[in-house]
Amino acid sequence: MTLREIQKILDAELICCEEGLDLEITAAGGSDLMSDVLAFGQPGILLMTGLTNSQSVRTADIIDAKAILYVRGKKPDEGGIALAKDKGIPILSTKHMMYAACGLLFQAGLPGVGRHRDDGR
Amino acid sequence: MFCDDGLSQHFQIRGKDFSRAGRVSTTIKEILQEVGIDPIIIRRAAIACYEAEMNVVMYAQRADLILNLTPDEMTIRIEDEGPGIEDIDKAMQEGFSTATDEMREMGFGAGMGLPNINRNADTFWIGSILGKGTVLIITFNLKQAGRT
Repeated sequence: MTLREIQKILDAELICCEEGLDLEITAAGGSDLMSDVLAFGQPGILLMTGLTNSQSVRTADIIDAKAILYVRGKKPDEGGIALAKDKGIPILSTKHMMYAACGLLFQAGLPGVGRHRDDGR
Repeated sequence: MFCDDGLSQHFQIRGKDFSRAGRVSTTIKEILQEVGIDPIIIRRAAIACYEAEMNVVMYAQRADLILNLTPDEMTIRIEDEGPGIEDIDKAMQEGFSTATDEMREMGFGAGMGLPNINRNADTFWIGSILGKGTVLIITFNLKQAGRT
């Protein structure tokens, strides 16, 4: 589904990079722990998080996430927004809590990232 | 600096500088994209580099990072001035961490850093002297295909 559809499903506010709203998103992953995102995130995902410092945006860039969704009505700090604009990473913010946001997207057909592989890859 | 047989570049990482944390890794990722390295390898290198950079920011006073690129191999060497690691075997275990609350609030310190560097690298060497610092040497085979 597109980021625009995700925005509609979650009644989310667009924080930056409107030009990315038509990006196709094929999977999502949610965590406040960037260590986990770096270990288990996959390229092209929508990163869902409640962590608002600039490390959330930097982590998204490092793992080649396509977009970021902040839950619980949170928004990234100024440094994070500046970095997202620089990298062209669209940012959405929804008032839904993490569990509900994930549930709504999953229900709409957006899968999560694959299970943790025991072979460490 | 570009030369005939590759590229070598030096970066400095400042400890405890959380506002700038990750900038070196972002810069290295941009360099690798400019050079035209395979995107899968770039992603693995960026993740390893970022984990290492965050370790320096969280635990050490400072570090020198040297990126060396040849047509066959990429090497990232990080040498920090810091407390060193008391038990490297323990530090290599997923979930083992000595992180503070401040580090955890940054979204890090879950004990995933070194194992994740190891997972993404083709070879990984770590050495540490207590009270002096830690050296990481991370390499990526640029001729290898098929890894994801």
